[in-house]
Amino acid sequence: MAVGELDFRTCPVTGLKIHRPAERLIKINAVTAVVFLLVGGIVALLIALTRWPAVHLLPAVYYYRLLTLHGIAMLVAWIIFFEIAAVYFCCTALLNSRLAAPKLGWLAYFLMLIGAAIVAITILAGKADVMFTSYVPLKASPWYYFGVILFAVGALIGISLFFASVVKAKNEGTYTGSLPLVSFGVAIACIIAVLTLAHGAIIYIPTFLWSLGLIQNIDAAMYRIIFWGFGHSSQQINVAAMISIWYLLSTLTVGGKPLNQKVCRTAFILYALFINIASAHHILVDPGPSAAWKVWNTSYAMYLAVLASLIHAFAVPATVEVALRKKGYTKGLFEWLKKAPWGDPGFSSLAISILLFGVMGGITGVIQGTEQLNIRNHNTLNIVGHFHGTVVAGTTVAFMGLTYYVIPLIFQREIISKGLAKLQPYIYGIGLVLLSGGMILAGMFGVPRRHWDITFAATQFPMSWDPTVSFALGLLGLGGVIAVIGGAIFIYIAVGSLLWGKKTG
Amino acid sequence: MAEEKKAQEKEKIPKMQALYDDLFFIFLLGAVVLVVFYTLWGVMELANLPLWPR
Repeated sequence: MAVGELDFRTCPVTGLKIHRPAERLIKINAVTAVVFLLVGGIVALLIALTRWPAVHLLPAVYYYRLLTLHGIAMLVAWIIFFEIAAVYFCCTALLNSRLAAPKLGWLAYFLMLIGAAIVAITILAGKADVMFTSYVPLKASPWYYFGVILFAVGALIGISLFFASVVKAKNEGTYTGSLPLVSFGVAIACIIAVLTLAHGAIIYIPTFLWSLGLIQNIDAAMYRIIFWGFGHSSQQINVAAMISIWYLLSTLTVGGKPLNQKVCRTAFILYALFINIASAHHILVDPGPSAAWKVWNTSYAMYLAVLASLIHAFAVPATVEVALRKKGYTKGLFEWLKKAPWGDPGFSSLAISILLFGVMGGITGVIQGTEQLNIRNHNTLNIVGHFHGTVVAGTTVAFMGLTYYVIPLIFQREIISKGLAKLQPYIYGIGLVLLSGGMILAGMFGVPRRHWDITFAATQFPMSWDPTVSFALGLLGLGGVIAVIGGAIFIYIAVGSLLWGKKTG
Repeated sequence: MAEEKKAQEKEKIPKMQALYDDLFFIFLLGAVVLVVFYTLWGVMELANLPLWPR
């Protein structure tokens, strides 16, 4: 027992018991996440400057190559490394417990790192210009699929470690009753992750064998259905993790407590049951599946997941409002909002994440999940605008906000350049509004996604567009540049604080 | 005595809360909904499509 106690330290700010081996894993996963954010961000700038017709920076080959890398670095590596860090935090610090098997945590980390490195190198070597979706019959080098599989196995080990640690904490009595809401939300994210990775295994293992020549044919329509059981569901892991972080940030920034745990937990359970089947909206224009399959999966059932998002969208701001009113900001309807800590980057990130996720990501997502409208928006930049509203303006901004607390609490370093840190979420947020807004607008005019030259300038029949499209793509380019500046400031503050920040512990 | 008290406390947990606390049950329900409605139904429909005549 005494030896075990040596493995813990008590956080002087929150009073949480921190398991040191888990802490080391949280640190390494969070740092690796930020490295991939840097890679993805540099590539994002080059891509945005290519889609901005006035600049049109990259040649076609590099545009598609770097677009593939951007998807992997951002959608997979940055987000999942950070989520694994969050997962370890929620199953140890929040439960006063320890990580069940730290060595397995390191195995998971190295599998993920090696997998991500193999994928990135294969893409940069020009052996996997297949985009994030790698739709068959596009064929990448077997190394690409092998790297993805390796990464997924590592992530699965990390998630299994979460469940094992929760069971251990329960058995050792480090918490009683129900899981804390944040840990419960992360548990739901882990449940979604297991189902997602199962679909990934079902599709990537045969595709890997196909790339080796051991399997003759992969049915393209079949691939799309199973792939999206993985590809879109992986983004639902982010949604559940992001909302858990919203609740965590509302506590860390203003001392909020969820108003009604039953309602919040019910909303999370609706995610576990129904959010994954929303993947079907990717198949809405495919001729194979019936209208019944499409309508059931993207309407009736999916709206139960949308209901869950609406519940969270009201529950988190209500939590903040009640906490601030308790502090005495009770004049009129909005004094609490006026007096909110807008200079705390954790709080402003929370507010920006909720607002942009709901308005830009959520609403467009529901529109695109409607069969009649999807036929118009499918494969246009409108879709890209939607998921930059969810994954970037929602998830990434929330993760950035949490980082401003992880650095002092876990890394025990003071944040450097506090003035710049106050501005960073706003700069990043403004950039994303322009970027996503430009994409959504351009998509409404039918501008295709993943397209190097929408004017078809070198062909016999060049395409002309409504002048609004130039304006929209200009917004996209400008927003991309501003967002990259905001992202660069974040990386400077995060890395700089680790290197030069004053030690607090 | 202490065990009796513990048992009583356990009994007090409402059924819905116990259900919500059961992560394996939630996982199972989530898996059934996804696999039945999305995966199996979708794959069955594709598998039953007539092949293009050669």
